Amino acid sequence: MRLDWEIAKRGWRRYAAYPWATAAGVFTNTVFGFIQAYILLAVFHHRRHVGDYDAADSVTYVWLAQALIMTVYAFGWQELALRIRDGSIATDLARPLDPQRYWLAFDLGRAPYHFIFRGVLPFVVGALVFRLNYPSPGDAAAFVASVSLAVVVSLGFRFLYNSSAFWLIDIRGVMIVALSLSLFFSGMVMPLTFFPSWLADIAHVLPFASIMQVPIDVWLGKHHGLGLLGVLALQLWWALVLLGLGRLALSRGTRKLVIQGG
Amino acid sequence: MIEVERLSKQFVVRRGRFRRERVVVDAVNEISFRVERGELLGYLGPNGAGKSTTIKMLTGILVPSGGRVSVAGLDPSKRRIELAKRIGAMFGQRIQLWWDLPLIDSFELLRHIYKVPADRYRQSLARFREVLDLDSFLHTPVRQLSLGQRIRGELTASMLHEPELLFLDEPTIGLDVVAKQRVRDFLIEINRERGVTVLLTTHDLGDIERLCKRLLVIDHGSLIWDGGIDELKERYGAERMLIVDLEQPVPPLQIEGAVVEKVDGPRQWLRFRGPAADLTARVASSARLVDLQIAEPDIEEIVRRIYSVPGT
Amino acid sequence: MVEPVLVWRRLVGAQIRSQFQYRVSFVLDMLGNFLISFIDFLAVLVLFHNTTRLGVWSVREVAFLYAMSSISFALTDLLVGHFDQFPQKIRDGTFDILLVRPRSTLFQVIGSDFQMRRLGKAIQGALVLGYVISSLAIPWDVGRVAMLVVMVPSAIVIFASVWTVGSCLAFWTTDGGEFTNAFTYGGNFLAQYPIDIFSTWLRRFLAYIVPLAFVCYFPALYILDKPDPLGLPRLLQFSSPLVALLGVGVGGLAWRFAVRHYRSAGG
Repeated sequence: MRLDWEIAKRGWRRYAAYPWATAAGVFTNTVFGFIQAYILLAVFHHRRHVGDYDAADSVTYVWLAQALIMTVYAFGWQELALRIRDGSIATDLARPLDPQRYWLAFDLGRAPYHFIFRGVLPFVVGALVFRLNYPSPGDAAAFVASVSLAVVVSLGFRFLYNSSAFWLIDIRGVMIVALSLSLFFSGMVMPLTFFPSWLADIAHVLPFASIMQVPIDVWLGKHHGLGLLGVLALQLWWALVLLGLGRLALSRGTRKLVIQGG
Repeated sequence: MIEVERLSKQFVVRRGRFRRERVVVDAVNEISFRVERGELLGYLGPNGAGKSTTIKMLTGILVPSGGRVSVAGLDPSKRRIELAKRIGAMFGQRIQLWWDLPLIDSFELLRHIYKVPADRYRQSLARFREVLDLDSFLHTPVRQLSLGQRIRGELTASMLHEPELLFLDEPTIGLDVVAKQRVRDFLIEINRERGVTVLLTTHDLGDIERLCKRLLVIDHGSLIWDGGIDELKERYGAERMLIVDLEQPVPPLQIEGAVVEKVDGPRQWLRFRGPAADLTARVASSARLVDLQIAEPDIEEIVRRIYSVPGT
Repeated sequence: MVEPVLVWRRLVGAQIRSQFQYRVSFVLDMLGNFLISFIDFLAVLVLFHNTTRLGVWSVREVAFLYAMSSISFALTDLLVGHFDQFPQKIRDGTFDILLVRPRSTLFQVIGSDFQMRRLGKAIQGALVLGYVISSLAIPWDVGRVAMLVVMVPSAIVIFASVWTVGSCLAFWTTDGGEFTNAFTYGGNFLAQYPIDIFSTWLRRFLAYIVPLAFVCYFPALYILDKPDPLGLPRLLQFSSPLVALLGVGVGGLAWRFAVRHYRSAGG
């Protein structure tokens, strides 16, 4: 446990070491927040509701999404793949520390940093300019839990597609496909609520919705009682599935590495 | 400490652009050697000779195709995690420290990974700080360190958990003369005082001359030399070089018992065996000498000779 | 003036040749770029599943804006590069090497990030454009065709100027490479939607300060023969080339100022 805490601290510090990058990111997120907000609001010139979202819900969605982008690390992540490719993974494997445990702990240290330092400020700007919806205390607590689970789901997914580096020289292709799927079906590009029903059905079968849409819906109070427990359980389930697949890939990949070399 | 018996490693490589035929490559071909506890030895070989493959098999990162290997009494590929606690490894070209964080952060994290008790860690660290002079950059992020500082940090990192055996791969690469000296002194000290067994892979012949009493040389997957440096010099180093500076440039001198290897203006290099006095007299009588020197063969030259002698 | 362009051409030629070496991954890269850009278009389609109009623009008209901005962005990206490597170069000192060379630093930086795969986005934009042109009843005449052609280079220059100014900020920060993202991707995002959906302050900003409205919006009003919902003077619809020229001036000045500051600060 102590080890996990120490690793998490390093995860935090690794990103806290670049305050200018964080500041730049806050700026970018804010700019995008404004653009997205106006675009979605334009839809509401002609109607009052899209699915169970009204205009305020949608704008809140936009600002929460911007706050969560770095928290759940929605964009490409290659650190593990690069370590596999340049052979540093051998050093990692020579240590008495499980790589997946390491990266999970590291990410769980990183996420709070990004949530606080890249998430809060853009959201506050959005809240000052637009009318947003806020959660009840119960929903707020559930939101925190949901975001934590979303981070784990995201890490599980990233770990999984990074481990393709055991078999591929360049994971750029895999990463592009993985990114396209996850960006689109997590609701980052457009809320899943806006999707035509057949597309939304596909999205709900995939794990990506658990990364962004689910936590935001929790904030917006779209789930109650058993339904709320249900979505949290869904996130947990996907987290376990993805982590499990990642472990499988890791052990297979490691075996290939020690037998065939890298 | 290390026991290697007829160790082999074969790789299956796909060659060719279209038909992708499978070719079996013998990376390491039945090598055997023993290393006793407390030795400090060098492991040499041209690139692609099988050096890193051997090291990987010794550390459990690669499973052998044949033969037997035992490190600290353990089978590396089977008991890798356990072995990891007792060995340290440092790769000069690869960074094991955390790039974005202060050096001390890497140390403390490693301490937790290896579960080193707090007081032992503090003692160890104090020792390294003193010997390697780490205090001035202990809190600097690794990415801002100079190469020499980084290497010192990496050495410390590889030793914080007090391993019995240390694998060092090109530890002095890219360092300036002063820094190299400091690292070499450090290695001598830990070997002598703490009895740490050190296996040093290097291309730097200065390292070898200063540090290693024993040398393993590998080429094309086979061990072509296992013995002391002095014997090596004796066996292959019998030839020396007489460098003469003449009054003016002349065509290559024809002297019995010597071969002119190089001519550069008034300076000529003559390769010879045996006592220098005779040769010097003969040179002096056939041309007007201004100055002369005798050069002993260096390890590089000797090693090159070993590689070039077929069937060794 | 010709000389920097020659430098650029040489730098770019070398990169094209080396990227061509790996033909398979080159094609895959382009497909990947195509795919990721296509996601943006899917977003537009999803939007229009929920409404018939965005502002006063129909789906095909917005698709036109999208296509033109995609093509222009992709070509700018290709020709000028991202500048996001640039702060890194400052950090690790490689920018100094550029200063030592007897060549324009701006063109060296511009020519250093030529990635053929960015054409993927341009191809995607061109496909959308093809569809839009065939299905929209555009009253083509000489003027409109000319506008369509002139739009693209003007847009490229405007984009490039905006990015240059944005990256000059990097001179003052240590790790601010990400600032450029707000200008590059943010700029693209802003250019691909009609500005009448934005609030007043943002519209004015995009028309007069960071003139991204001249990348697509104004020329499109002319080509599509739409009355300007904002009622702005017709002249603006023909002003893209002029704005582009202004952009060159501002961008060049900003760059020179930043480099001078960098040199005097000791780097």
